[in-house]
Amino acid sequence: MQRHLISAADLTRDDAVLILDTAEEMARVADRPIKKLPTLRGRTVVNLFFEDSTRTRISFEAAEKRLSADVINFTAKGSSVSKGESLKDTAQTLEAMGVDAVVIRHGASGAPYRLATSGWIDAAVINAGDGTHQHPTQALLDAFTMRRRLVGRDTGLGRDLAGKRITIVGDVLHSRVARSNVELLHTLGADVTLVAPPTLLPVGVPSWPCEISYDLDSTLPKSDAVMMLRVQRERMNAAFFPTEREYARRYGLDADRMAKMPEHAIVMHPGPMVRGMEITAEVADSPRCTAVEQVSNGVSIRMAVLYLLLGGAAFDAKAAPEAANGLVDTHPRTEEK
Amino acid sequence: MSKTLIRGAKVLGGEPQDVLIDGETIEAVGTGLTDEGVEVVEADGKVLLPGLVDLHTHLREPGREDSETVLTGTRAAARGGYTAVFAMANTFPVADTAGVVEQVWRLGREHGYCDVQPIGAVTVGLEGRKLAELGAMHESAAGVTVFSDDGKCVDDAVIMRRALEYVKAFGGVIAQHAQEPRLTEGAQMNEGVVSSELGLRGWPAVAEESIIARDVLLAEHVGSRVHICHLSTAGSVEIVRWAKSRGIDVTAEVTPHHLLLTDELVRSYNPVYKVNPPLRTERDVMALREALADGTIDIVATDHAPHPHEDKDCEWAAAAMGMVGLETALSVVQQTMVDTGLLDWAGVADRMSFTPARIGRAGGHGRPVSAGEPANLTLVDTAYRGQVDPAGFASRSRNTPYEGRELPGRVTHTWLRGTATLVDGKLA
Repeated sequence: MQRHLISAADLTRDDAVLILDTAEEMARVADRPIKKLPTLRGRTVVNLFFEDSTRTRISFEAAEKRLSADVINFTAKGSSVSKGESLKDTAQTLEAMGVDAVVIRHGASGAPYRLATSGWIDAAVINAGDGTHQHPTQALLDAFTMRRRLVGRDTGLGRDLAGKRITIVGDVLHSRVARSNVELLHTLGADVTLVAPPTLLPVGVPSWPCEISYDLDSTLPKSDAVMMLRVQRERMNAAFFPTEREYARRYGLDADRMAKMPEHAIVMHPGPMVRGMEITAEVADSPRCTAVEQVSNGVSIRMAVLYLLLGGAAFDAKAAPEAANGLVDTHPRTEEK
Repeated sequence: MSKTLIRGAKVLGGEPQDVLIDGETIEAVGTGLTDEGVEVVEADGKVLLPGLVDLHTHLREPGREDSETVLTGTRAAARGGYTAVFAMANTFPVADTAGVVEQVWRLGREHGYCDVQPIGAVTVGLEGRKLAELGAMHESAAGVTVFSDDGKCVDDAVIMRRALEYVKAFGGVIAQHAQEPRLTEGAQMNEGVVSSELGLRGWPAVAEESIIARDVLLAEHVGSRVHICHLSTAGSVEIVRWAKSRGIDVTAEVTPHHLLLTDELVRSYNPVYKVNPPLRTERDVMALREALADGTIDIVATDHAPHPHEDKDCEWAAAAMGMVGLETALSVVQQTMVDTGLLDWAGVADRMSFTPARIGRAGGHGRPVSAGEPANLTLVDTAYRGQVDPAGFASRSRNTPYEGRELPGRVTHTWLRGTATLVDGKLA
């Protein structure tokens, strides 16, 4: 039984399908007049947010409350963290108050992994986004949304995304969403293509289990889902691309481009959207865009993860990966399943 | 002063011989030397080397005595078999004046564990803008000949050119920390496959290689010599090899950790592996070993960089860069170079004593083990195998990447000018 959820790469295909199936169960709770389960009554979950993220924090909080957990919200701003307290001390302080799980959002890649593996605390750790590393519950809710739309709500149960063609477009370099999605979608059997200007792809990307393209137009007709990533305007100041207009022209999704996608294909966005940059308002507001649906699916997925990690049901992911121990026996942290 | 007989030592790994120390000097080397009236150390097949010389040590004093002092750092050096260390200039205040370098030099003398040869800053405050008083530091009691802004790159091409030219007047050398600053803004680890997965900002090899390429050309142009600190990539090796083939007066060092560890270890997000320059790939490691063996890389230098526990007991991005290295350097070199057959012990003596002393002009160090030479010596039990236990370190800091790792070899005795600083593995 896995105790933490740090990276989408830690999930086997069966783990991921179990989470998606459980999330479907959880989604039914949302349809009830009283949207609450007693599963985590008496358990305490802290949302430890070192980075502002209202939407992710609220999504976790809704999930925790629907499972009847006691919820503590901790934001770094104005706390002792801004006075120089370390992550270790903060975490130990919270654990001393009897916390069962820590949902952590941190600006530094690897902070949740450190928290889970350094012996600082015993609580379960759920990564709610770390730097430009991982955001596993986002990838799970994206996969959940794809399975519902592309396979079917009921017919999808027990199934993965084998053969589905997923295109992810935008600032891959700075995106934990892209990293998590590439890992998870590959695990679930989908064929992933990343589309971005070469400046916004990591140097090591050829080793990822996906295809790379610099040309959006030729990729769209071969896509069952197109996921647009947010592109921050500040990036152009660091010469990642010349201007906002040029980015939108080459990599933005407008109605003309959307028309090149197959009839059944969906447009996804993890939010927050920068309308006029990577996506036009027309596309964002079209029925093919699942951005709002993704938000409600996020609550179901997070309920499922909390339930499976804390509720006692075994979900049999591989144990936390060990660090490579030298030249010879290196264990890549993200082995292919 | 009394006499000491080291009996049956494999001098530079050769046939067992006896070495007789009289006062500060080696009196005789031979077989069957008399042990009458002298203290005898049974070497029993251990390897005797000239005292090791480290061209790249951070002793942290003055300013960061919480991580290391001249005393604790030189005790660590003695445990590692060193008889001379070059202390880097990035202290607080920076070693950019005659006053600071003389203080560090004098502290080394007073403590007596290891000679401390201060390195002077190239530019005032390591800021890369204005040359420090290089001549004054050279003429001080410390007699500085090596200058470096280590920790920072002298990235301004004109400042670097002037520094290279200026020190020719007194035989100095500029030791460059090759790191193009714009290419490494916020960089956290080697840029490549692993950094792309971990989401840590990449530190491209080209940031090091482009500076080395520029500086060897500058050195050629002005007819000066240049030394490259902690070379870490296969590409850097190629550039230095090319420069040497052109007759450019360039020397280069590699650290023990870059001979052994790779960026795969960063997958643990454990900041004990965070270091500048970063751990690279296995391909780089193999190229560095080859280059050290064939002489393209001249020396091993530790880049011993102590940090207090709290600066490593945190998330990766918040952690300090650097590793301690004095007390494990020879073991790592044995494992990576000797036990692999790439270098014999005479080669180790060359890379860790003769040549670093020559580059740094450390008089009295890096001399042959023969009669009439200063008795700076290191005795190594090469058959020893043991796990690294940082609790036993003499360094004030424990930020070693080798904790719990089994490494071969152990320094049992070190003599500084005939005086034992380490006896049976214990500091004297």
